[in-house]
Amino acid sequence: MREIDRRTQIGRRVLLRGAATAIPAAALASAGMGISAQAIWAQSAKNLNPHTMATLVLVARDIYPHDQIADSYYVKAVQPYDEKVATDSKLREMIEQGVARLDADAQNHFKTPYIEVLSQQGRLTILQGETLVPFFNKLRSDLVVALYNQPDLWRRFGYLGSSFEYGGYINRGFNDIDWLPKV
Amino acid sequence: MANFDLNDDGVFVIVGSGAGGGTLGNELAQKGIKVVILEAGDRVEIQDFVNDEWESFKQLAWKDMRTTSGTWRIAKDFPNLPAWTVKAVGGTTVHWAGASLRFHDFEWKTRSVYGAIQGANLLDWPITPEEMAPWYDKAEDKMGVTGTHGIPRLPGNNNFKVLQAGALKIGYKEVHTGNMAINSQPRDGRGSCQQLGFCFQGCKTGAKWSTLYTEIPKGEATGNLEVRPNSMVVKIEHDDSGKVTGVVYADTENKGTLKRQKARVVAVAGNSVESPRLLLNSASSKFPDGLANSSGQVGRNYMRHTTGSVFGVFDKPVNMFKGTVMAGIIRDESGNNPSRGFVGGYEMETISLGLPFSAAFLEPGGWGREFASRLDDYTRLAGMWIIGEDMPQESNRVTLNTNVKDEYGLPVANVHYDDHPNDAAMREHGYRQGSAVYDAVGATRIIGVPPYPSTHNVGTNRMSANPRDGVVNRWGQTHDIKNLFVSDGSQFTTGAGCNPTLTIVALAMRQADYIAHQMGQKNI
Ligand SMILES: Cc1cc2nc3c(=O)[nH]c(=O)nc-3n(C[C@H](O)[C@H](O)[C@H](O)COP(=O)(O)OP(=O)(O)OC[C@H]3O[C@@H](n4cnc5c(N)ncnc54)[C@H](O)[C@@H]3O)c2cc1C
Ligand code: SF4
Repeated sequence: MREIDRRTQIGRRVLLRGAATAIPAAALASAGMGISAQAIWAQSAKNLNPHTMATLVLVARDIYPHDQIADSYYVKAVQPYDEKVATDSKLREMIEQGVARLDADAQNHFKTPYIEVLSQQGRLTILQGETLVPFFNKLRSDLVVALYNQPDLWRRFGYLGSSFEYGGYINRGFNDIDWLPKV
Repeated sequence: MANFDLNDDGVFVIVGSGAGGGTLGNELAQKGIKVVILEAGDRVEIQDFVNDEWESFKQLAWKDMRTTSGTWRIAKDFPNLPAWTVKAVGGTTVHWAGASLRFHDFEWKTRSVYGAIQGANLLDWPITPEEMAPWYDKAEDKMGVTGTHGIPRLPGNNNFKVLQAGALKIGYKEVHTGNMAINSQPRDGRGSCQQLGFCFQGCKTGAKWSTLYTEIPKGEATGNLEVRPNSMVVKIEHDDSGKVTGVVYADTENKGTLKRQKARVVAVAGNSVESPRLLLNSASSKFPDGLANSSGQVGRNYMRHTTGSVFGVFDKPVNMFKGTVMAGIIRDESGNNPSRGFVGGYEMETISLGLPFSAAFLEPGGWGREFASRLDDYTRLAGMWIIGEDMPQESNRVTLNTNVKDEYGLPVANVHYDDHPNDAAMREHGYRQGSAVYDAVGATRIIGVPPYPSTHNVGTNRMSANPRDGVVNRWGQTHDIKNLFVSDGSQFTTGAGCNPTLTIVALAMRQADYIAHQMGQKNI
């Protein structure tokens, strides 16, 4: 048995902008630090403003930080909010106000919006602010499904998903462990 | 397939088609008794199952509103999902893992063996182990339990091999791939396990026993059994003499139209949260506290097993998701040995979760780097589940929450639970021993995981010799109303330290024999 390292072999800075693969190089160059609010996917948001979407993506990564996965997975995890707020004004309010609060706190501490706070520790301090508890809990509990329930992402973690169509694992290594000590 | 009239008052009505109800329905049908099973959920067949944790949960699980209270961690982690059960034909035998263990002899008489335990409402079962032995034989044979009746055990997967190596290393002796109601070879018209790894999502090969594709079609083939899916029973009715006359149910495929099915006898088998709820919601002027509740015990003594999981992180791959979920067991801690600091015993059984459920259950409410790193280690996790006897307590109970109503205007169930000190001591011991098992084979990190929503729900209509102490007699017949039975896990007097379903099935088979006899004698 061998372990396949499925991690993408590129640096963290690139990963941070994983979602930016769709962004023209010029746009990338002009983008500042952190995630660009100009990112094309964020601009394609129909109901939430692009800055809000970009912030949600970074918050998602801050809540469930996996250096081995690109932003595109976090993007996909927060995208449903853009749809939902169209019919759920309470949710829209919670999200817009949550992001505004994050930015206000970031301005207070770091003189930048949340997405431009460079240190993760710094962002976490803001994210854990008392007034943000309902916003934070809502994102945490939604994202634990929305992020980890993406079949494309499973393989990155070595989980192979549905097995029935491959005949299960009876002939595909269900008992192939070879490193256990002999007892 | 039978089709009975709503006004046919000669039929035997069973509420629920799971381990208890599905088995009872088939057994009675085989004996020539006309049976209608009313099942709240849909009929989802093998070909419809999906190898996808959340998708399958949406398809099969009981998601109707429930509430919780008490100091158990579930009330915080999963306030509206106290129990993990199925709402579909086949009941929770569609989700179950298949572990099929007999009670130890002492577990039938815990009040006598353990003595009085403060805060615990212990009671001996009104049945002896000797009396149960032949019924266990029959149930194991019906379900095709490995390691019994000459049926070979399943091969062990990676997750089991890790458990086994660690267990033997620290001196455990009784370690094997379990007694599973999963075909290790073709049997009873069903094929053998292909090690899919989705036992909790409905077994797509049919290797695992479920009433959905064993008992129910067999019963239907007799022409005596009709299963009506999408039929949620909301009330059991009775006449002036107090005898049960039928049930009212909502036909959920027809906008919830209420229908009345007459009955000669009614058996309740809706699992241990819904069964007491139905009895309580059936209160009338004659029975203001609910049906069969003169003892006040309906809904009380709710038990859910002392549980917790231990996952070991290793420096090399395990890939626990490959193959059967409950792939093996350590039985050495299952006896009663009070010198450990608690009475009763527990089993250690492998468990595996896919990535989506690992995210949801390894640390409910968790987040941040620590949380994320566990999932980064996903391929290198091995897991076990600790499942032991919890103490029955009068105050652990299912009640009606009159502040929260379901779509038919009926109060939903509230499930209240506090750990007994004995439960807490046992769980701690289990965590310690489980950690030792994985440490022995080089775990680099141990993850102690809190209980999942309750999969083993028992005890809320318990069996007692004396009508004062419980709801049903030794046959599952309610003390108060002789043509009203309880046929699911809620009959359990005490929970024992092992998985409940084999015992539920054995009791249902034994009950069917009694019912047929009583009906033959015209006693009911
Ligand atoms: C993930 C998982 C794994 C498990 N693994 C094991 C295992 O390995 N070994 C083991 O022994 N046990 C296991 N169990 C537990 C086992 O599935 C249950 O103990 C068993 O199925 C309970 O049987 P029951 O008859 O009490 O109820 P169920 O099987 O739950 O059946 C109850 C049925 O009644 C229906 N119902 C409820 N109320 C109404 C109503 N008012 N009207 C109409 N219908 C109604 C429900 O929809 C359901 O179909 C597991 C459970 C889960 C969730
Ligand atoms: S592992 Fe075996 S029992 Fe489990 S789902 Fe697959 S075939 Fe069925």
